[in-house]
Amino acid sequence: MNRIDYLFQTKKERILSIYVTAGFPNLEDTLPMMEAIQAAGADIIEIGLPYSDPIADGPTIQESNTIALENGMSIKKLFSQLLGFRAKIHLPVVLMGYLNPIIQYGVENFCKKCKELGIDGLILPDLPMSHYLEEYKELFERYGLFNIFLISPQTSEKRIREVDEHSNGFIYMVSSHAITGAKAEISPEQEQYFERVAAMNLSNPRLIGFGISDAATFQLASRYSQGAIIGSAFIKSIKNSNDSNADINAFIQGVIG
Amino acid sequence: MMIQVDEKGFYGNFGGAYIPEMLYPNVEELRENWEAIVASPTYQEEFQSLLKDFVGRPTPLYFAARLSESFGAKIYLKREDLCHTGAHKVNNTVGQIILAKKLGKKRIIAETGAGQHGVATATVCALMGMDCTIYMGELDIKRQRPNVERMRILGAKVVPAISGSKTLKDATNEAMRAWIADPVGTHYIIGSVVGPHPYPEMVARFQSVISEEIKWQLKAKEGRENPDLVIACVGGGSNAAGAFYHYYNESKVRLIAVEAAGHGIHSGKSAATSVLGTPGILHGSKTLLMQTEDGQVVEPHSISAGLDYPGIGPVHAHLHEIGRAEFVGVEDEDAMKAGILLSRTEGIIPAIETAHAIHALNQIEFNANDLIVINLSGRGDKDLETYIHWGNY
Ligand SMILES: Cc1ncc(COP(=O)(O)O)c(C=O)c1O
Repeated sequence: MNRIDYLFQTKKERILSIYVTAGFPNLEDTLPMMEAIQAAGADIIEIGLPYSDPIADGPTIQESNTIALENGMSIKKLFSQLLGFRAKIHLPVVLMGYLNPIIQYGVENFCKKCKELGIDGLILPDLPMSHYLEEYKELFERYGLFNIFLISPQTSEKRIREVDEHSNGFIYMVSSHAITGAKAEISPEQEQYFERVAAMNLSNPRLIGFGISDAATFQLASRYSQGAIIGSAFIKSIKNSNDSNADINAFIQGVIG
Repeated sequence: MMIQVDEKGFYGNFGGAYIPEMLYPNVEELRENWEAIVASPTYQEEFQSLLKDFVGRPTPLYFAARLSESFGAKIYLKREDLCHTGAHKVNNTVGQIILAKKLGKKRIIAETGAGQHGVATATVCALMGMDCTIYMGELDIKRQRPNVERMRILGAKVVPAISGSKTLKDATNEAMRAWIADPVGTHYIIGSVVGPHPYPEMVARFQSVISEEIKWQLKAKEGRENPDLVIACVGGGSNAAGAFYHYYNESKVRLIAVEAAGHGIHSGKSAATSVLGTPGILHGSKTLLMQTEDGQVVEPHSISAGLDYPGIGPVHAHLHEIGRAEFVGVEDEDAMKAGILLSRTEGIIPAIETAHAIHALNQIEFNANDLIVINLSGRGDKDLETYIHWGNY
């Protein structure tokens, strides 16, 4: 069974997924970060594949992408860092990135490598449903990779149902009209949207992301879904850290309490 | 070999709409509605009237006698430089602003490199009383001060793109992010035949007035609609798409697409995407783009900010792949010389983008007395600083 499905079957609420950019803040930080995130009590690890033009990301993640690229991060490098990581990491691991670097790596090789290493799913914001279904679904399925779809407050009910039909693992609910890292308060309109989607009785669980940053927003997101995804706030907390293990632990414990 | 976009937005292997789900409703709204709106009589009435009285169309098709003599061919210049605001860009912004209004949008955003598209957008926003925000790379803001001030005089807000390389591609990223943040009230006026479907075809359609006019103007002057060659410069490729549009399927007409070769195609400082690019995804479409082996987008170089883009529109990638257009790379220095040549032989100081197209005459073969149309995409006022800095005249 895919580790993501196993997680959602065994834990029904307050699931926390933490996003960290590969090779950030230093090139060799990827695996130590993952270990620290797991040790601190998160449920899913999302590893960002840095890209020169991340159009769905706000300033914090953009900057972490730039730094990671300057550090020399690439898909090849990441795969070499991840060799054997399953000896240490049992949490589900999802790669989040943009399509172009994956196309250049070779999509089939990429999928194959993900399977060999023990990656569970992919979040590719610039791979919309129609292109996924036509060009990629078969490959992803052949290598056991879950494709995680995004929905936003603008997504129509009809399309949410379509997304639900084609999703596996979970649905990534973008919390607002926003790129990652947008401001941390949650408005009444956003709550209405959370409520509306919660009431749809979708077959897939949902995690809420973008703008989730602390215990309060995590708590709120968890009221309407199975949990949340934190990226920018986490990146900020490790950016200038002198003791990342301690800071990661403090951040994640601070969120899940 | 018909050159046509299919319903999914592909020209052969290139195109599509690789966009985040957050942009799907906006792009879908546009895709579903644009053709019907543009075809409607009320739209056409307003569009045609603005093209005529505001933009100044039809632009002349001018026989360049002295230039013809020096190259031994019959050379006509399609005078897009005489459009209001000084370049072809305004054909597209007029087309899109009426569309935005009909879609009920209140606010316009756009990206700009040199500032030409930004000025053309700010101009039509002023005309329509719409709120206007232009994203421009921080570096370009410094390099293109006069255009920044033109936009501000016209009432637009100019927002610096401070990420990445701080130039056109980053400004485009910022505009896309801004669109994600206000999907309901905002229309994004993309400035070239790039971006997700339906933008490349929509922008090409608005620019196709160029070749539509060339056809009847040439008929009146030469008794034939088709020249032997059409030459245009390619940044994203909108003026070229407009000049080629009604000739795509006239296989006897040679289409010459002129790219910026910077310091030399293989110098590492160039924007010759057709040679250096490989298939990839940029700003929502699959196309040829300049990138590293790892798929990171490479920062191009050209002396002309309007050609300084790491990709080309998907239609051009397709024309290149099937060999329908011939691609030529013109270096910075040669483009500058051609700018001076046109100034001195015809009394027209061209935009430096356009000067690349002029110089292509030296790099391609043609027969004596061939009928050649060069799309004179813009005038050189905006480039005075660059001419002065270059100084070799
Ligand atoms: C005069 C002129 N020509 C050409 C271009 C390049 O754009 P495109 O390739 O879309 O025509 C620009 C862009 O700023 C321009 O100002």
